[in-house]
Order: sequence, then C-alpha cells, then structure tokens
Amino acid sequence: MANKTAESISRDEFFYGHKACAGCGGSLAVRAALKVLGPNAVSVLPAGCMSAVGFNFPQLCFSNNSIISTFAGTASMLTGVEAGLRARGYKDFTAVGFAGDGGTADIGIQALSGAIDRNDNIIYICYDNEAYMNTGIQKSGLTPFGAKTTTTPAGKNIHGNIRPKKNMFEIAAAHDIPYAATASIGNLPDFIKKVQKASQIQGTKYIHVIAPCPTGWGVAPDETVAIAKEVVESGLWYLAEYENGTFRLNYKPKEFSSVEAYLRKQGRFKHLTDEDIKIIEASRDKKWEYINKNFEL
Amino acid sequence: MRPYIREKKNFTFDDVPENTSFEAGYLTTVNSGWRSIRPVINGDRCVGCEQCYLYCPDGVISINNGKAVIDYDFCKGCGICAKICKIGAIEMEAERK
Repeated sequence: MANKTAESISRDEFFYGHKACAGCGGSLAVRAALKVLGPNAVSVLPAGCMSAVGFNFPQLCFSNNSIISTFAGTASMLTGVEAGLRARGYKDFTAVGFAGDGGTADIGIQALSGAIDRNDNIIYICYDNEAYMNTGIQKSGLTPFGAKTTTTPAGKNIHGNIRPKKNMFEIAAAHDIPYAATASIGNLPDFIKKVQKASQIQGTKYIHVIAPCPTGWGVAPDETVAIAKEVVESGLWYLAEYENGTFRLNYKPKEFSSVEAYLRKQGRFKHLTDEDIKIIEASRDKKWEYINKNFEL
Repeated sequence: MRPYIREKKNFTFDDVPENTSFEAGYLTTVNSGWRSIRPVINGDRCVGCEQCYLYCPDGVISINNGKAVIDYDFCKGCGICAKICKIGAIEMEAERK
C-alpha cells in the first residue's frame, strides 16, 4: 500500500533521538520539514524547545548541519549561512530556520522583517505552540485569547490572556514576500507540500505551522495530532498560502466543528466561561468573514 | 539512515572539541526509559499504509517488508501512532519491568 506523501520525502531521519516531550508537535514539524529538504539543508535554531532538545552535548540529534543562533537572530543567521555558502561556491543547499512562536512573533520579528526585505534565499519555518513553552509556558504574541499561561494566570476577574493572537502570517505577507503559508501538523501532506513548494521558490519563504504542545496545552501526549486537526476544523486556524500578491485558502471546513469542544479539551482553557467562548466564536466568525472576502478558494 | 547510538567511550581531554562544533547525528543515550506504555504492532493487521511512520514525532517507525517496525530504543510511548492507525493495528501495552 503506497503512501504518496511518504514516497515524496526522504526515508532518512534527520532529527532523531531528541529529548522533546512525548507527543511533541514542534519536533514533528522539524522532522517532516527536514525529510523534505534532505541532507543538504542547513538548519538554524534559536533558543527554544527544538535547540534545547536537539543539542545536548554530546547527544546531537540533527544529522544535517545545524547551528544555534541568538534568540533574536534566526533570520539574520540564515542570511549569513546562505551568503557564506554561496560565496564558497556551494549550490545545492537550503538554509532553513526553525523558530518558535516567541522567537518569531516577539523576539525575532525584526530580523525576520529585515531578511524578507532583503529577499534572502531562505526558508523560515515558525512552529507555533502558542506560548514560550521551553521556559515554562509564558505568554507570547501568538498566545490566543483566553489561554492560561504562567504570566497570564486565570483568576476571578481576568480569565487568562486578554489579547488576541498576532496575525503573523499576514504580517509576513504584508512585506510582499515571494511565498508565505500557514499549515498544521494535523495535516502533514499539506505541510510537506508547502515545504516542497517553498524549496523551489527563489527568495524568502515563510511557513507558519501550528504545532500543539501537550505539556503547555494540557492535553494527553497522544492527542497532539488530533487537536492540530481540530483547530483547523473548528475554524480557529486556517490553511492558506500567499503568492504573487494573492491569498489562497487551501481548505475550507464544510461546517465548523464546535469551538467549545475544542477549548474544553485543553487544560489551558478549562477556566473559560460561556461568555468567553462566545467572544472567541465571534472573533472566529469575523476572521472568516474577512477570509471569505479577501482569499481565493 | 538515522543518527545512531555510538559505542560508549570515555572522552580524553584531546577528544573534547576546542571550538563549539561537533559531529552531527552523534547519539550517546537512549530515550526508552521515558516510556510507561509501549506501542505493539499487530503484524497480521498492519497493511503498511505508513500513517504511523509519517506522524511519529520521534521518527522511530520504519516500514520493513510492508509492515511497520518500531525502534524501541527511542520510542517515548506517546501513543500518536496507535491513535492515527485507522485499522487498529497498533495497541498500547503497559511497559513490563
């Protein structure tokens, strides 16, 4: 029984024996992307889970060339790696960065913006687990409304995070980037296709992949992939691409699954009241109104 | 090809790298001690659809002769494979001591 997606990527493992928590969504995103890009990928990882679990000297879990960058400098180091290898005459390589949501939307946004502005030939993958998970679940710019983190605790008056999630995909697209996409580890064939597409395009590529964190989200380790599917089905995340100045929606759920069911499964949303859930549903409907108006199907 | 576990050896002073780089894919410890449950593949049911291979965060599943095989040295027992398997060929069993 042939699996088309499995046939289209390398059989080798490039991220193996790492010390990520059982059921880690971020490590699945890194593993899948490296299997697309192959042994000539040079990966850059800032401070964050994937560098913490991948480089425990002498246990080095990447079998391609990899380097840890400063927290803020993922994209600038990618620029340097790409320019350096090109100057030394290498042709067949891909400079790819894997930064978390904090390393992308908060701390690394300036370096990313600069790299897109210079249109350096790099792939930047943001694995979004919706908080600073490596340091113990602090709120980031990509933490959604209502989520409980250690810096946005759920109390009697304030129910977790009071701010919505930053729209990083459209911020990247607003630079008029050659290629930007959103993905989910719950739909690996779609994510793998987008990484394959990005590797064929000249210029800066940005892929934003939602990667649930069982530890921080308060779900069982075996739920990671299911919850990454459900976030797309409930309409709280969407699969889209930006190319040549137009947004394209890749998948439209026929009918949204219950937002409440999605939220109630997770420990970080346990405290939400019915009104909070109504606010989240209303913001989802508003977002989809915008998507239906401005995105091609 | 995967990064593989190296023979245990004691580092001498000269082996320790002076700069900050080291060989890629150099594994010294296993992750099997993290597990409380382990996935077991039912070879009669497995049709080799490779869904478990694709979705394993640790990449420990490979396909050999059309059947899934698990590398128990690095499996953490998260159970994603058992959940993704539509035909129920993977079951989670308690880890025996």
